[in-house]
Amino acid sequence: MSDALSRDDVAKVARLARLVLSEDELDLYTEQLGQILEHARDMNSLDLTDVLPTAHPFGVTNVVREDVVTPSLDREVVLAMAPHAVDHRFAVPRILGEAP
Amino acid sequence: MKSATQIAADVRSGTSSATAELERTLTVIEQRNAELNVFLYVDVEGARAAAAQIDARVARGEDVGPLAGVPIALKDNLCQVGVPTTCSSKILDGWRPPYNATVIERLLDAGAVAVGKTNLDEFAMGSSTENSAFGPTRNPLDPSRVPGGSSGGSAAAVAADMTAVSLGSDTGGSIRQPAALCGLVGVKPTYGLVSRYGLIAFASSLDQIGPFAKTVADAALVLEVLAGHDARDSTSLPEPAPRLVAHVNDGVAGRRIGLVRELFDGADESVVASVRAAADALRAAGAEVVEVSIPELALTLSAYYLIAPAEASSNLARFDGVRYGLRVSAEDVTAMMEATRTAGFGAEVKRRIMLGTYALSAGYYDAYYGQALKVRTLTIDAFARAYQRVDLLLGATTPSVAFALGAKTADPMTMYLNDVFTIPTNLAGDPALSVPFGTGEAGLPVGVQLLGPGRSEARLFAAARVLEIADGRP
Amino acid sequence: MTLPDGWEMVVGLEVHTELLTRSKLFCGCANHFGSEPNTNICPVCLGLPGSLPVLNREAVDFAMRIGMALHCTIAPSTFHRKNYFYPDQSKDYQISQYDLPINSGGYLDLPDASRVAIERAHMEEDTGKSTHLGGSGRLAGADSSLVDYNRCGVPLVEIVSGPDIRSSAQARLYAAELRGILIATGASDGRLEEGSMRFDANVSVRRPGAPFGTRCEIKNLNSLRSLQRAIDYEALRQIELIDGGGVVRQETRHWDENRGETSTLRVKEDADDYRYFRDPDLVDLAPDQAWQDRVRAALAPMPAARRAAVVALLAAPSEAQLDAVEVVIDLGLERYVHGVAAAGGDAALAVARVANELAADVDHVANLPVDAFVSTLAMEQRGELSATQAKTVLGEVLRHGGDPRAIAAARGFEQLSSDTLGATVATLIASNPDEWSRYRDGDDKLAQFFIGQVMKLTRGQANGKAVIAELQARR
Repeated sequence: MSDALSRDDVAKVARLARLVLSEDELDLYTEQLGQILEHARDMNSLDLTDVLPTAHPFGVTNVVREDVVTPSLDREVVLAMAPHAVDHRFAVPRILGEAP
Repeated sequence: MKSATQIAADVRSGTSSATAELERTLTVIEQRNAELNVFLYVDVEGARAAAAQIDARVARGEDVGPLAGVPIALKDNLCQVGVPTTCSSKILDGWRPPYNATVIERLLDAGAVAVGKTNLDEFAMGSSTENSAFGPTRNPLDPSRVPGGSSGGSAAAVAADMTAVSLGSDTGGSIRQPAALCGLVGVKPTYGLVSRYGLIAFASSLDQIGPFAKTVADAALVLEVLAGHDARDSTSLPEPAPRLVAHVNDGVAGRRIGLVRELFDGADESVVASVRAAADALRAAGAEVVEVSIPELALTLSAYYLIAPAEASSNLARFDGVRYGLRVSAEDVTAMMEATRTAGFGAEVKRRIMLGTYALSAGYYDAYYGQALKVRTLTIDAFARAYQRVDLLLGATTPSVAFALGAKTADPMTMYLNDVFTIPTNLAGDPALSVPFGTGEAGLPVGVQLLGPGRSEARLFAAARVLEIADGRP
Repeated sequence: MTLPDGWEMVVGLEVHTELLTRSKLFCGCANHFGSEPNTNICPVCLGLPGSLPVLNREAVDFAMRIGMALHCTIAPSTFHRKNYFYPDQSKDYQISQYDLPINSGGYLDLPDASRVAIERAHMEEDTGKSTHLGGSGRLAGADSSLVDYNRCGVPLVEIVSGPDIRSSAQARLYAAELRGILIATGASDGRLEEGSMRFDANVSVRRPGAPFGTRCEIKNLNSLRSLQRAIDYEALRQIELIDGGGVVRQETRHWDENRGETSTLRVKEDADDYRYFRDPDLVDLAPDQAWQDRVRAALAPMPAARRAAVVALLAAPSEAQLDAVEVVIDLGLERYVHGVAAAGGDAALAVARVANELAADVDHVANLPVDAFVSTLAMEQRGELSATQAKTVLGEVLRHGGDPRAIAAARGFEQLSSDTLGATVATLIASNPDEWSRYRDGDDKLAQFFIGQVMKLTRGQANGKAVIAELQARR
């Protein structure tokens, strides 16, 4: 397992998660997350090399629906939820970069 | 307080009415909600209209369903059309869903009356209902203590006799733990037994909706209504609801029950005593109780606190200020998303989002998330092996009785350790329930936990009923 | 275009195609281009809290058809979440197939006999569409943007080729052939102009035999012409850069069709950490043999096979005829050619008529049953209709439907019955014995004399070929 969590790691993770941390919060979360990850090192007490991962406890496969159109939501209801709507669309401030 | 079973019988027979039952509920809420902070929203008008409609249907001679006129409280992470749904978060403040959760449709179809939305730890992340943007909920049995969490509001609603039954959601113990701390029956069903459609996700591979009730029979009654295949949830078991109420009094004669050392080791003395007494009671009712050890369970807390945050970090990405809920304005869209999420989420939610983001990020995935998935495999296999030898497992639900407000908020790890007995079954996807048995410190209730393999709910209810009777609630 | 001596380009294409399902990939909203903004949205595709995705069976069928047509292995697959924040992505993650795609390890043979590997063809959901306000209407310089989620959740298959393409012309050929295949599978309408098919090109350059160079990805090319031009431009740009002592930086680039150049869109960053993990709201997809067999059985023949089948009907086809065959295949109208051939007619003539007359009014081919086409060409071949008249009849049937014979009659195209023509020819032979004997002695030029005379007598109702046939029968 990797080295201890650094302040830079936390800053990077916050950026990825679209959260802004103050300097104090950065310190606090570095310590707290570090403790949790430290505890997680107990998983290394077992040799898990040959164990397959399980992402989900649900064993059913091939769950599909038929290709049938069902009613959509009323546009006015949907746009009424929006913080800002213009011209029947969701309005956002300018986008700085292209989508990946 | 009448049981839900009794209310439904009275309403169907005309001995009582949905309106009368609702008004009694509204009166108790009026009396106690300010002190306990159980309900975030009470849908007085909607509930009165629904109750009146049920009474009219009864008057016309219609069968209004197994929950006829039963007032029910709903955890505020369940979507109900037109009713504010917040997850106890500022980020969803004011949002009213345009659709119903499947469980709410099923409750309403069964004649239940949805009274309102109950407080929770923000996005169901917590074990005390102190992580709510709208203030903590207090334990009705001792308001200086927490009701447990994250479904603390739904537990308190039943414990305070506001409603006979309520719904919670359980990702790592969020139904069973508050049930134990409030002296209730709380059920975490088999993964896939109850549709998650309309449950605002915390950790999708772990979340299940389940009931709180004062009696085993009431819990079975509600779960029977909730269960059964739903085409809107890909992880819904492809089979109809099992018969549960009919099996509540099946007893445990001939059952083999494993008392799991890892599921009570380290708990308070009174808790351990209750678990051992429960084992004796089951033995007295004809079960064979054997002590078992499942060492793999020691690792489940670590695995859980990587898997659940990882899924949550993705599930909670959509709260970005674009389509619904809170927006904090900023110059560009990235800054707007950051400002919105920073202002909208509380500290525990941020902590878990960052933990999960880290666990999934490049370079750390294998060491953390990947490793946790392997522990999950071990957990599933270990339970499966245990269930080859025994029909059910027995342990504690929580390490202690209800603790004081503020006692565990300083250090996240201390709070997380509260979930150590409840987490394993979520990882395995198996069912478990907590049933009150005995008392501990300050006369507060202790919950013991019964666990079973997938789809063993009927067996669990029958065993819980044995304990209920042995604990003096015939 | 050729690259400077000593340079080779290496191109791989990522092609996104929208699937022709009725509903979206994970919800029942209509998959429909051109609806009013935000009218085809529901809790699921809008990513409302608590909503859950359920996979569309038809999308799986289409994905498998594409995989089968590209000779891929169909394997158990899973859906992952690609996590990134972007306003046109309603959940701030995209559901896509990652390490276990439904189709992998196939190939596509091109008409020039080259083979391009298909690494994978996986399913994923499309994003919404942003309109940019202020500035030039493009993203850069805009003040704000408006988002329409109608397209969000529309099913896509992304087809990823190996880095096997070595020229822009080959890239274009690949894209065109793939487009034909996608249309043939019924999975896509192949409409580039509506964005239902989009190309991303990974371009790098190297000295032949050298390891691959650093590649740049040109995003969202939406025509075959843009694809070819952008690849050429990009390869030359990289060569000039390297020749000038520079280094190619891995980045995403935008193609400006008007300026004819690519420019930097975004540089690959550390922030591109998509934290892929299995979507816990969806289950494994593992179509069993019966499901796969059902899909395979419904698979129509692919363009290459269809092209070969038509070409086989032609004796020593010319370049122009092969081009015409391409049009026939592209439009999927070879049933007319096969109809004519089956009736013993002239396949080359059929190809020409389909590639011209039918192609000109392709929206109305439903008005023209194959047997009507066959009988029109038969009339033309028998000389009952002139070429011009046959084209007019076809045009008329395409526009309004109807029986070709009746249309020809109504237009007065009904040519002389062979009895009448025979009698007319007999009369002319009798009254022009000199010309007849010279013709009999082998002077073919005299045929024109007789045709002219027949035309005069019949006021142009006769068909020249029929007259010659009549003359030859009596020679």
